Amino acid sequence: MSPAAPGHPAPAPATEPTVGAAPSTAGSPPEKATETLHRVIIRFAGDSGDGMQLTGDRFTSETASFGNDLSTLPNFPAEIRAPAGTLPGVSSFQLHFADHDILTPGDAPDVLVAMNPAALKANVGDLPAGAVLIVNTDEFTKRPMAKVGYATSPLEDGSLEAFQVHGVPLTTLTVEALKEFGLSRKEAERSKNMFALGLLSWMYHRPTEGTEAYLRKKFAKKPQLAQANVTAFRAGWNFGETTEDFAVSYEVAPASSAFQAGVYRNISGNLALAYGLVAASVQAELPLFLGSYPITPASDILHELSRHKNFGVRSFQAEDEIAGIGAALGAAFGGSLAVTTTSGPGVALKSETIGLAVSLELPLVVVDIQRGGPSTGLPTKTEQADLLQAMYGRNGEAPVPIVAPSTPADCFDAALEAARIALVYRTPVFLLSDGYLANGSEPWRVPDVEGLPDLRVRFASGPNHELADGSRVFWPYKRDAVTFARPWAVPGTAGLEHRIGGIEKQDGSGNISYDPANHELMVRTRQAKIDGVVVEDVRVDDPGGARVLVLGWGSTYGPIAAAVRRLRGEGVALAQAHLRHLNPFPANLGEVLASYERVVIPEMNLGQLATLIRAKYAIDARSHTQVNGMPFKAEELANALKEAINA
Amino acid sequence: MPNPTTPQTPTTTPETSTPAAAASSAGTSGAAGMPAVSPAGSSEGGGRGLLSLVPRAEGKQSMKDFKSDQEVRWCPGCGDYAVLAAVQGFMPELGLARENIVFVSGIGCSSRFPYYMNTYGMHSIHGRAPAIATGLATSRRDLSVWVVTGDGDALSIGGNHLIHALRRNVNLKILLFNNRIYGLTKGQYSPTSEVGKITKSTPMGSLDAPFNPLSLALGAEASFVARTVDSDRQHLTSVLRAAAAHPGTALVEIYQNCNIFNDGAFEVLKDKDRALEAVIRLEHGQPIRFGAPAEDGLGSKGVVRDQASGDLRVVDVREEGTDGVLVHDARAASPTTAFALTRLADADTLHHTPIGVLRSVERPVYDTLMSDQLDQAIEAQGKGDLATLLAGNDTWTVTH
Repeated sequence: MSPAAPGHPAPAPATEPTVGAAPSTAGSPPEKATETLHRVIIRFAGDSGDGMQLTGDRFTSETASFGNDLSTLPNFPAEIRAPAGTLPGVSSFQLHFADHDILTPGDAPDVLVAMNPAALKANVGDLPAGAVLIVNTDEFTKRPMAKVGYATSPLEDGSLEAFQVHGVPLTTLTVEALKEFGLSRKEAERSKNMFALGLLSWMYHRPTEGTEAYLRKKFAKKPQLAQANVTAFRAGWNFGETTEDFAVSYEVAPASSAFQAGVYRNISGNLALAYGLVAASVQAELPLFLGSYPITPASDILHELSRHKNFGVRSFQAEDEIAGIGAALGAAFGGSLAVTTTSGPGVALKSETIGLAVSLELPLVVVDIQRGGPSTGLPTKTEQADLLQAMYGRNGEAPVPIVAPSTPADCFDAALEAARIALVYRTPVFLLSDGYLANGSEPWRVPDVEGLPDLRVRFASGPNHELADGSRVFWPYKRDAVTFARPWAVPGTAGLEHRIGGIEKQDGSGNISYDPANHELMVRTRQAKIDGVVVEDVRVDDPGGARVLVLGWGSTYGPIAAAVRRLRGEGVALAQAHLRHLNPFPANLGEVLASYERVVIPEMNLGQLATLIRAKYAIDARSHTQVNGMPFKAEELANALKEAINA
Repeated sequence: MPNPTTPQTPTTTPETSTPAAAASSAGTSGAAGMPAVSPAGSSEGGGRGLLSLVPRAEGKQSMKDFKSDQEVRWCPGCGDYAVLAAVQGFMPELGLARENIVFVSGIGCSSRFPYYMNTYGMHSIHGRAPAIATGLATSRRDLSVWVVTGDGDALSIGGNHLIHALRRNVNLKILLFNNRIYGLTKGQYSPTSEVGKITKSTPMGSLDAPFNPLSLALGAEASFVARTVDSDRQHLTSVLRAAAAHPGTALVEIYQNCNIFNDGAFEVLKDKDRALEAVIRLEHGQPIRFGAPAEDGLGSKGVVRDQASGDLRVVDVREEGTDGVLVHDARAASPTTAFALTRLADADTLHHTPIGVLRSVERPVYDTLMSDQLDQAIEAQGKGDLATLLAGNDTWTVTH
């Protein structure tokens, strides 16, 4: 938004809202009827430029601070501003919140806010009968409707009969509420998302102080705009409270029993991942070096880490993906905790350098925020189809450990775990998140820093080998007897000068060697090192009596757990296990798999984990897959699991 | 901020120390085990510039100290031997602690170089050495980081990394061995090969016009650009000396003979008689004269600026006098004349090839700026506190 154009003197910013007074905060009883709900799924949908992501973020923040459990699903096009009013330009934000613990952003919205005909058309198919539909009627004029193929107005032709439709002239009401601000109509219209947010905040008794404080801070340099947005927000609230169209508001009690005692905040996967890397740097007492090239949906991590230079974080935006990982590897050689962040196409470009890191045996965390592929694919949508790329996507035998977070908040712990493996075993490690985890958010119990793992390592400081003539020398490839890790000797350490490279090295001395037997030994040793990475056992959730195990990995945890919960509710005995470590697999996995008659593996790819499981354990794992760029829906998944169980 | 006096090196760290003390901890000036860093760029360290950040050798060094125990495996007669000897011979003069010197290379014959230097070294992958060295140099300002690369490595597969290192002005010394051929893959033409080059991959002659590496470097905003020849040990050493002292990226193109696949490519610059006509030795502050001596003892040929085109051309000073002869100014703010010098040589005959330092100007060094930002962030926000970061500003408390 911009202030009033020069030549159109704006009135002094109103110090009081023009419509009504500041709304009461949550909990104070509106005069209208109030119903209690256990959970609600709301979807805000509009044009890419309508501010739906911000609206969703604010509603999420209000909901988090109110104490509900929640899960979010932002969904937006790759284009920054797709043509206005078109179906490809629709951006949406879905939020599921409840008075109990929940696992997913929800299958189908109970409430859809549609800011224009395109948003309605793109989302109405997901609505169950009886859902609440709040529509911005101002946009339902001939042209916007024609643009998306509505020959008649869906608001009038009966096609929305199955829903509780609330037609609200959001634009007109917003402009009216802001008329004293001297903004152009276009400028005033842009606050309509805040009007909608205010209305929904009233409907669900959300606390409002946070949003008002947020707006005042965001527009601190333009107090008039801050006040205009606050005014629109309050106007939306008051509209709900006064208009007869909205007869009922809803309470969703805090999910007290879902949370352990502690301090909580809301956090997205990418933010949690960035924090996990900073925490790993602090816990390792090593400076963090990020070499990265912007790519959706990983760029947020580059942005976030760039803000923490006071932690000694060096963030280097490289000229390309290859230079990003190259610089990181150079920093690793120098003794930094080195990280590169990217998505699938970037991993493809980095493959050769990952191979070099395998050969050099230096610590390096490779973060892959997976998105739809192949090639450019679906940049803003989610997928799990880089598993085999992470596992095998290099020349030669080049094993790399793989760690995958299961929820947005879990990205924090997974980052620490990836750093641990990299540092202890001197190896590149893949951290496989995805677009769903990256942008989705959930409450996170802020960890006690004292309880974080100790990641300190010891650099080599002197000779480690005695030659036949009795002289003491440093051998860069003389390994630790337990971990098989080689010493990390950083430049600046006298007496340990050594040369390493991608050419095969002689065991121990590290000198160039083309000896056949030595190569065989080195290939097998590198593999044995990764196979021997110690990872925690996989835990099985089995209430008893299950003959079928549902096995997942990564971001499908929430939907799988929700589907399993549904089926158990129907009396189906089912066990669930979720893998954080994809390479190596947990030591007990074979035993776990063998103890069930059938194993079903749902994945957002064409069965990549199932392929690995079948190959390694020679079992007839059933694969259930989906590659539509969206996370599994719990109900659909439950039905699919039921079929797989009965098949 | 104090200037460094005796930078403490990781070597002095006792075995019981935590890693933080031995690596560049938290990037702050004066962090444990790291030399204090002044943000003042080249004025750091009382005249030694950024080299003052690198610990000096304690005792006297000799060429032998820089020879590794590895057998050198270049072809007998390769120009690389001469360059290796010159670098090993120059290092004691530089006087830096051996353990604080790192050679990083890519792939190609010349990229085997690090194995033969008794320093830290990394033989990496094709074309990526400038990127890897950038990460090392920016995270460890107490190191002297050298990149060894070739015409294929730096200008073909790694062209992108080279130009971006140059524009960032990372504190790297890049030695580009240019033999105008692919040696390690047995003789295909390279991006500096002359048009029409007959090789295994171009039996009817190569079609593509070559890069002029120094023109390219200047176009990429290089702050230091020099050229030398493998066989001229004295000249090569003088250029290494200037490069080592330069704060920022120094690109040194070394004309290097591949006696197997492109023998004699630079013979015209080496043969004493022919070199008179072919080689222009640049010296800062001196008139650009070459060729057989004129009456004043300087060369009978001079480089003048063509008033009509602005280009440079060679004249016979005995006919046109010496008034118009350019005085070489490597420190000129504008790269225009340096660029014109890079265009002077005839691509086919190599006549009028300038060697020496074409350009050496100071501009902000990337690693210094990066380090300064870390210091500024700490000054402005205080040293990062993890618990505060994780909690953020928007929390709620659950009690039971």
